[in-house]
Amino acid sequence: MDDMQVSMYQLYKNMLTSYLQNKSEHALYHAQQFSKQMMEQDMSPEETVSLHLSVFQDIADELPEEVTDSFDLLLEVMIGYGLAYREHQSLRDRQQELESELNVAAQMQRTLLPDAGINLDEVDFGVVSVPAGKMSGDYYHYDLDDEGNLAIAVADVIGKGVPAAMSMSMIKYAMDTLTDKQMQPGYVLESLNRVVERNIDDDMFITMMYGVYHPKNSHFYFASAGHEPGFFYQSAGDTFTDLEGRGLVLGVSPRMTYKEYDFPLEDGDMVVFLSDGVTESRVDGEFIERDQITNMIRERLDLPAQEIVDEIYQQLEKAQEFQLRDDFTLMILRRKV
Amino acid sequence: MNLDIDVQEKKGKNVAFVEGEVDVYTATKLKETIQPLAEGEHDLVIDLSGVDYIDSTGLGIFIGALKASEKSEGSMTLTGLNDRVRRLFEITGLHEVIDIDAAKREEA
Repeated sequence: MDDMQVSMYQLYKNMLTSYLQNKSEHALYHAQQFSKQMMEQDMSPEETVSLHLSVFQDIADELPEEVTDSFDLLLEVMIGYGLAYREHQSLRDRQQELESELNVAAQMQRTLLPDAGINLDEVDFGVVSVPAGKMSGDYYHYDLDDEGNLAIAVADVIGKGVPAAMSMSMIKYAMDTLTDKQMQPGYVLESLNRVVERNIDDDMFITMMYGVYHPKNSHFYFASAGHEPGFFYQSAGDTFTDLEGRGLVLGVSPRMTYKEYDFPLEDGDMVVFLSDGVTESRVDGEFIERDQITNMIRERLDLPAQEIVDEIYQQLEKAQEFQLRDDFTLMILRRKV
Repeated sequence: MNLDIDVQEKKGKNVAFVEGEVDVYTATKLKETIQPLAEGEHDLVIDLSGVDYIDSTGLGIFIGALKASEKSEGSMTLTGLNDRVRRLFEITGLHEVIDIDAAKREEA
């Protein structure tokens, strides 16, 4: 026996002797401590049973033969149990490894999203984007050009998790090559579609809504690639209308063009972009209606855009018992009064 | 959720009657049945009158089948879409590239 085994042997012997003498709670407490030590030293269940038998034989004068023999059976049972236990341990280690890899990937993914605040005299902007799992299949974008035009976008890769997240980064890299054209929504979608079509599985696709606000003429321009319709809020009449554009989802057909739409944005008007994680939120098991979303916005018109989207997210997350089924992205651009 | 698919041959066409929800859980089952049919040279009709819900993963299966049928000699047509399902094909622009037969449904 090496030193460690000798010390475990001695420890167990003291413990068992003390327990047999006075059956105290104290000895039971020691037994719990002993289990911890066992695990720290990677001692298998069958080694513990065999330790018990040797110690017992040592302190009892003579054991009935049946008792000694019965331990052979218990040992056999414990060997099977020990194997399963060690396999479980190694799976758990592997799971921790995967999880930390996923955390690194999720962290990397977050760096693909813009994080600088938008500080414009004319525009109030807010966005919230939360993945259902660790990685997101939703992508959002906003960027200012030198002339003060503001580009905004929301994209949604079908599915969720890692495969969706990998396709999401493709959108980001493709957009980075378009910087000088990023103020032309139709052109952006046309270019992205070519990239996506070449690089995506046959049964995957991406939807995207892309818009640009030009402060010079207070016009908003947008195009849609099969994306969930957003909303256009007109302050003058306190009305919401669907913001919908014709256009095929990205990745289906290589040569597509995307129609560009535009309208004036008056003081207090809002443009709302979202992903289907918002409209497919289920409250009490039912999909929420689109007018429930517009009502939630209307109740918060006096708040800044960022607070509106944050509060709506919190409310819908709570209604779903904090278990998002799909990645959730909600974005508001409002012309300041 | 369950998904039932019944394939019948009619006048040289394959007709697949689909019933249930086409979502992330049932999409694989749908793909296993219709993908080989789309790759074949017979025309394929997919009757969705028994389908009340399709999610985006389910939609992807129809896109995969469309691409396969374009490569083969056959065609692919969808029929019997309810309003909700039709709306999904319209929002995504897929009604422009997939042949959708508005009025009739296939006779079982």
